[in-house]
Amino acid sequence: MSSDLATPGVWTRAQRASVERLHIRLESFLVLVALSALMAVLSPYFLSFSNLLNILLATSTIGILAIAATFVIGSGGLDLSLGSVMGLSGVVGAFVAVNLGAPSALGVIACILAGGIAGYINGQLVTRAFVPAFIVTLGMLGLARGLALVISGGRVIYGLPEFMLYLGQGRPFGIPMPVIIFVATAVVAHCVLAYTRFGRHTLALGDSEGAARAAGIRVERQRRILYTLSGALAGLAGLLFSARINSGDPTAGLNYELTAITAAVIGGTNLFGGRGSILGTMIGALIMGVLQNGLNLLAVQSYYQQMAIGAVLILAVFIDQYQVRKESRV
Amino acid sequence: MTLLKLEGIRKSFGAIDVLHGVDLAVKAGEVVGLVGDNGAGKSTLMKTITGIYQADAGSIAFDGRGILDLDPGERRRLGIEMIYQDLSLARQQDVSSNIFLGREPTRKLFGLFPFVDKAAMDRQAAQMIERLNAHLPSINRAVGSFSGGQQQTVAIARALTFNPKLVIMDEPTAALAVREVQSVLDLIRRLKSEGIAVILISHRLNDVLSVTDRIVVLRHGRAEADLVTGKTNMSEVVSRIVGGGDMAAAASHEARG
Repeated sequence: MSSDLATPGVWTRAQRASVERLHIRLESFLVLVALSALMAVLSPYFLSFSNLLNILLATSTIGILAIAATFVIGSGGLDLSLGSVMGLSGVVGAFVAVNLGAPSALGVIACILAGGIAGYINGQLVTRAFVPAFIVTLGMLGLARGLALVISGGRVIYGLPEFMLYLGQGRPFGIPMPVIIFVATAVVAHCVLAYTRFGRHTLALGDSEGAARAAGIRVERQRRILYTLSGALAGLAGLLFSARINSGDPTAGLNYELTAITAAVIGGTNLFGGRGSILGTMIGALIMGVLQNGLNLLAVQSYYQQMAIGAVLILAVFIDQYQVRKESRV
Repeated sequence: MTLLKLEGIRKSFGAIDVLHGVDLAVKAGEVVGLVGDNGAGKSTLMKTITGIYQADAGSIAFDGRGILDLDPGERRRLGIEMIYQDLSLARQQDVSSNIFLGREPTRKLFGLFPFVDKAAMDRQAAQMIERLNAHLPSINRAVGSFSGGQQQTVAIARALTFNPKLVIMDEPTAALAVREVQSVLDLIRRLKSEGIAVILISHRLNDVLSVTDRIVVLRHGRAEADLVTGKTNMSEVVSRIVGGGDMAAAASHEARG
C-alpha cells in the first residue's frame, strides 16, 4: 500500500496530468516544438505565415484520416483501408459531379457516402463474419483502390463544379477551406471521444472487450458504427483532396494510411486500444506535417520522406511499448 | 418472494453440453451458495443469467418477468449485477470510468449536447468506495495499476452503485488475503440485511457454509442438490460435489485445504 502511495517524480506527475486533463502526451508536444525549432533554424522560410498555412493545408487530409484511425485503433480495431477509401471517395464524387453532371451537393454527398459504405462493409465483415480487422481492411485496401481505377477507367476525372472547388480552394478570411473543415472536424471529434458516452465506450471497448460486454455495451454495434465513421471520414478527406486538386484521382491517398496511423500512434493512441485522444493525434499529425514540409524545404527527395515516415512509426511504437514495460502497468 | 427463477436452462458450446436443464430459485434477500467441481457449469449458468450467454432452452424470470430476450445492459438495469472472476475491468481507465461504464451520467452542454458528467462520476465513485470502507491510492489512476484487492474493490463498487436486487459473485475471495476475505464475507451479510439477494460461487466451502442460507450443488450440468445451510455440513456438501464415493477422504482433504 505504502509503495502505491509513494510520491511519483515530478516528470511522471506532469505526464499524468497532461494525459488526464488535456488528453495529450507531453513528449509528443515537446517533439513537435523541438522539430519546429530545428526546421526554423535550418530553413528561413519555415516560419513564414504562408508556409505555416501550407503545413496546415497538407495536414488537413492526413489529419482527418488520423482522426478516423484514432477512433478505430482506440477501440482495439484497425483500418488499413483509409488511404484507398479516400481515393475511391474522391473518384466517386468526381464521377457523380462531372460524368453524371449531378449538382455539386450530390457530389459532396456521394464522396462521404462512398466512404461510409466502404466502412460499413468493413464493420459488417469484422463483426458478423469474424474475419480479423487486419485482413478485412487490408482486403478493402485492394478492393477500394481497384474500384476507383475501374470507375475512372484509370484516368483522372478533371474539372469539378464550382461549389466543390470552393471546399478545396476557397479562402474565407485568407484561411483555406480544407483547414477550416479539418479543424472543425477535429474539435467535434475531440469532444465526442473525450466527453461523450460513445467516446468513453469506444476506449473501454479497446481496453477490454469483456468488460465492455459485461457492462452492457453493445460491442458489435459500436464496432460497426466506428468502422462506418472511419470510412465516412476517409470520404471527407477524399472530398477535400479532390476539391483541392480539382479532380478525382484514382491514385489519391496512396500509402496515406501509413502516415495517418503513425500520427495517431505518435499522438498517444495505444496501438492495441484503450487509450487515445484527438488532441494528441492532432499533435501527431502536425509532427508528420512539419516533418514532410521541412524535408521538402530542405529539398530532400520524397523517396527518403517515405522512409522517414515508416521509421517514425516503428520508433513511436517502440517508445510506447518501452514505457509500458518500464512502468509495468497495464 | 421469489426474485429469480430458472427453469430447465440448457446451454451447449458446439458439441459440448455444459448445462442440461438447470432449475434454480433465489428469494429476495437470500444468500445462495453455488458450488461444484471445475467444469460443472457454474460460471456458464451465471452468465446465462446476466445475458453474456444466451440459453439454448429454458426460462429465466426475474421479479416475475421473463428476461431471456433482454440484452446484458437491460438485465443490468433491472437490478442484476455480477462480479466476474476476472473482474472484467477496463484496466487503462480510472476508477469512476469503470464503476459507471455503460451508464455514465450526462448533462446537456448548451442544453443540446449530452456530455458525460465526469465530476459527478468521480464524486459518487469516491462516496461508494468510502461506504465500502475501502482505501484506494487515488481515484484518478488507471485501475490496472492497483493491487488485486484494490481492483476487487472497484469491481464490487461497480456492482453496488446502482442499487442492485441480485448480486452474483464468481469466486470473489479466490485471490484475496485473509483480512480481505473477511471483509467480502461481511459485505455479503450486509447486502442480505439490506434485502439484496446474493449468489456466491466459491471453492472455499468454509466461506460458503458460514455466509449462505442455502447451498446449490451443480454437478455435470445439473442442480444435483439443494441444501439448507443450517441443516448440512462440510462432508455432505463435498460428497454431493464429487458425487458420493469416498466421502470421508474427500471431506478430510477439503478440511486440510
